[in-house]
Amino acid sequence: MRIAVCVKHVPEGPSRIDPQTLRLDRSGEGALNHFDANAVEEALRLKGDTDTEVVVVSLGPQKALDSLRKALAMGADRAVLVSDDAAVGSDLVATSRLLAAALERQEADLVLFGQQASDADGAVLWAAVAERLGRPVVSQAMELSVDAGSVRVKRQTEFGYDTLEAPLPVVVAVSDAINEPRYPSLKGIMGAKKKPQDVLSLAEVGLDPGDAGEPGSRTTVLALGDPPVRADARKIEDDGNAAQAIVDFLAEKRLV
Amino acid sequence: MSTLVFLEQHGSELQKGSLGVLAKAASLGDGEVAAVIAGENARSLAAEAGKFGATKVWICEDGEAAQPLPQPRVDVVAQVVADGGYDSVLFANSVLAADVAAGLAARLDAGLNWDLVDLELREDELVGTRPALQDSVQVEVGWKATPRLALFRAGSFDATPVGGGDPEIAQVSPSYAPHSTTVKLVGQDAEESSGPSIEDADVIVAGGRGLGSPDNFTLAEELAKALGGAVGATRAVVDAGWYPYSAQIGQTGKTVSPKLYVALGISGAIQHKVGMQSSGTIVAINKDANAPIFEFSDLGVVGDLHAIVPKLTELVRARKS
Repeated sequence: MRIAVCVKHVPEGPSRIDPQTLRLDRSGEGALNHFDANAVEEALRLKGDTDTEVVVVSLGPQKALDSLRKALAMGADRAVLVSDDAAVGSDLVATSRLLAAALERQEADLVLFGQQASDADGAVLWAAVAERLGRPVVSQAMELSVDAGSVRVKRQTEFGYDTLEAPLPVVVAVSDAINEPRYPSLKGIMGAKKKPQDVLSLAEVGLDPGDAGEPGSRTTVLALGDPPVRADARKIEDDGNAAQAIVDFLAEKRLV
Repeated sequence: MSTLVFLEQHGSELQKGSLGVLAKAASLGDGEVAAVIAGENARSLAAEAGKFGATKVWICEDGEAAQPLPQPRVDVVAQVVADGGYDSVLFANSVLAADVAAGLAARLDAGLNWDLVDLELREDELVGTRPALQDSVQVEVGWKATPRLALFRAGSFDATPVGGGDPEIAQVSPSYAPHSTTVKLVGQDAEESSGPSIEDADVIVAGGRGLGSPDNFTLAEELAKALGGAVGATRAVVDAGWYPYSAQIGQTGKTVSPKLYVALGISGAIQHKVGMQSSGTIVAINKDANAPIFEFSDLGVVGDLHAIVPKLTELVRARKS
């Protein structure tokens, strides 16, 4: 079996939007999106000791290889990065198109995503990718098993717990409740460098510049502003009088 | 502007969040506002959609749409967009709606802006507003082409009836893509709760892992009682069996916006935050000064909730008597 895990290299620490380009400033340090670590972990768990291949796939700048290497250090077998200047500024329509093109080539039985991207707070990519791949999709998986050509998923929705089944090939997005990602071992970190890491351009996944970046996108960012602030937000340390301070605060707001 | 609103139904009810989006669309006051409802009771729910501003309701009662799964709904909504010529499709965020909106974006190559909290029509341009970067900035976003897809944060708009009349009803029965109908729901565990839903409570006292043990939920219960409110819980403690699922607040639980939200021992991770971030006043007690919840609470108290809460409960009771 082959499992492809889609991961993202996201800015580490406080993020900022560049006021000129209105895009996220990705020039600083980055890391593997922590929600994607759950997806990598789940793939490794399903792989176990079998010869299932786990390939991590990403779209991003060259330094996204750092995050892919972390996944390789955890135990993934191979990494594929689509990296092309023309892809900068891709929205959901463009990103899903690029990822789907990269994933087609992998012919994976199971494609995994993490819960959301910590930079764009988007929890939408997997459904768009699944549509482009023509595959069933199940999201918010908190338990996942593969058996006889299909997956069985337990998921949580606003209404309770669902158990679903879908045939392979399938796309599954896992919630962070599914597992605790392992830390890479030193051996894993050293071994990661030797594992195959392919960097592909748009052309190498069969796409043109017009399919990606701004020309390939259907949404725009128009302006940046200050957020509505929670006026008078306060933070205090308990010095023995916190309870009274809280009551006074609530009284001030006529909540008690 | 010709708008279609995806109304989510669960059981025999239309979800309030999506009715709020419908009411907002109607208030933009420009052009036709229609709704689409897919599921077993669709026809019986159409009239209610009228009350919230839909002049036309598309219904789909196909067997393929009987289960609450997203992909058949992509086929349904795509068909309605084509038949009705809608230039904008609006969704209220939910686990289901997000998957429908994103699948539709890929199906139609249509721009999707998500996590929106507001929408405005400026001249002929549709402009959405959304917070970004853990709510540290506010961004205005737009669409370069039609159809324009918009996914609104849960609870962005109140579901206030606008006094519309009976809508025109049209039936839609699309052909379903082969991949749309292969997922099967084989089991459901819906926890029925007795008593009032926490979604209607004016005051919620919620407990997280910081409570330390399931027994300590009595601290939350006593304080809630004193304040006249309900008790909520994070996913972490519900998963651990400390409190029932019906009290869970967050991305895969309930979305609430009470006048007062008191968070006890809750770190404020994003999956919880999205379920309570539009509460009127947020008071958080946590012994970790770096807990993310302090970034969006009105009053953050760094301290030991086991010492603070009993005293607080006593003081509240004293005040009320």
